[in-house]
Parts: sequence; structure tokens; C-alpha cells
Amino acid sequence: MDNKRQYEVVFIVDPTADDEVSKLTENFTQIVTDQGGVVTKAETMGKRQLAYEILHHKDGTFVLLEIEGSGREIAELERRMRVNDRVLRYITVRVDEDRRRAEKLKERRTRKAAKRPEHGSRQRRPTMDFAEAAGE
Amino acid sequence: MATNYEDRARSGGGGGYDNDDDQDRRPMGGGRGGGRRMHRRRVCRFCIDKVDLIDFKDVRLLQNYLPERGKILPRRISGNCATHQRMLAEAIKRARNIALLPYTTD
Repeated sequence: MDNKRQYEVVFIVDPTADDEVSKLTENFTQIVTDQGGVVTKAETMGKRQLAYEILHHKDGTFVLLEIEGSGREIAELERRMRVNDRVLRYITVRVDEDRRRAEKLKERRTRKAAKRPEHGSRQRRPTMDFAEAAGE
Repeated sequence: MATNYEDRARSGGGGGYDNDDDQDRRPMGGGRGGGRRMHRRRVCRFCIDKVDLIDFKDVRLLQNYLPERGKILPRRISGNCATHQRMLAEAIKRARNIALLPYTTD
């Protein structure tokens, strides 16, 4: 489990082939599972305007895949996407390391927050002194 | 919040904001960092919100750090800390790659 890597793959599908999106996604999912990976999430982000033209297309359908595996399935998946005309562009980001780091930071923060009440009680003393002083 | 930064960049005048910044500072004076610029409290918004990860798909967020020209807003203007600026820059570059954000606008 520890040496499993997590990836986010986003690819843009030709908007004129909108009906093929689900088929393509299925296809890619199959490729990943064939290579021993697991698709943990497949989500169509919908059609949106591209920030710049890609192959004379002004918009495209974005699809997000979250994949867990060794990395070999990514190589195969990228090869397939490169060959496929319907895929205008793709990006693969390895996320497990960053996520682990984020979790660590979060944990550290909660630990610090748990310690803080002690600090609070210590800080309260001066205010009590102050109240006494005011009473006198 | 973002508009604020953009305003600041724009209020510098016609040209690029980094040039103006330098020119403003120099005549104002002897000591380093003298002048009204010092009074602006520069805080990292990501540190305040306790952000550990900046997602490249979050276009709404990233757009705040791209002024009209499409360049990444420098840290000296946004006030981000080094760690978060690095994460932000990385995310913006990824977003550019898949056409969620522009490389340039003209």
C-alpha cells in the first residue's frame, strides 16, 4: 500500500465528439485496470472554454481520472492518449507525496492546537492579577 | 481581495508594475523600505486559511493571482509566503498546460 502511487490525470476531449466521452473514459479505465492499476475516481468536469486554442478548438470537455498504481499503467495510458485524436491534451500529476505532506502538516497543526489550552490557562493568570489589581 | 492586489498593481501607472515600484521607492528615501509602502500589512492568505495543498484545477482561486496580462502575481505584491507562492506557481503552470489558464493575454 505504501509503495502505491496516486495520480491525477486530466484530459481534454474534442467537443465535437461529446458522445464519445463516456466511451473513452471507460476505455482508459480498462487500460489502467489491465495494467494492474485502480481508477479510484472518474469524473467529467464538463465542457468549458479553453484559455487558448488547441488544434483550432476553442472549447473542450474535461475529464478527471484518479488512479492508484505502480506507474506502469500511466505510461500505457499516456501512450494511448497521445495516439488518440479525440484527446486534445492531457496532464498527469503525481499527488500522493503532496497529499502525504499536507496530511502531516495538518496533523502537526491539530497536535499544536491540542496543546494550546495549557497555554491559555497560563495566560489567564496575568488577567486575574490585573483584575485583582483593579479591585484594590 | 484579489481586486485589491490588482488595483495596487494598476495604480502604479501605465507600465509594468515592477518598474514603477522601484521608481517609487527610490526617491522616497534614504533608509531601506521607507515610506508609506511599509504600512501595508503583508500577510499570506494561504497561511491564514491554513492551506496545505493548492489544486491546479481550482481555476477560481488561481485566477486571483493572474493580473490582466496573465503573468503570475509576484510575491512582493500578494504578500504570500515563499512556500505558498511556490505551490501557487506550480499550480498555475499546471493549469496553463491544460488550457485552464492562459499563458498570455493580449
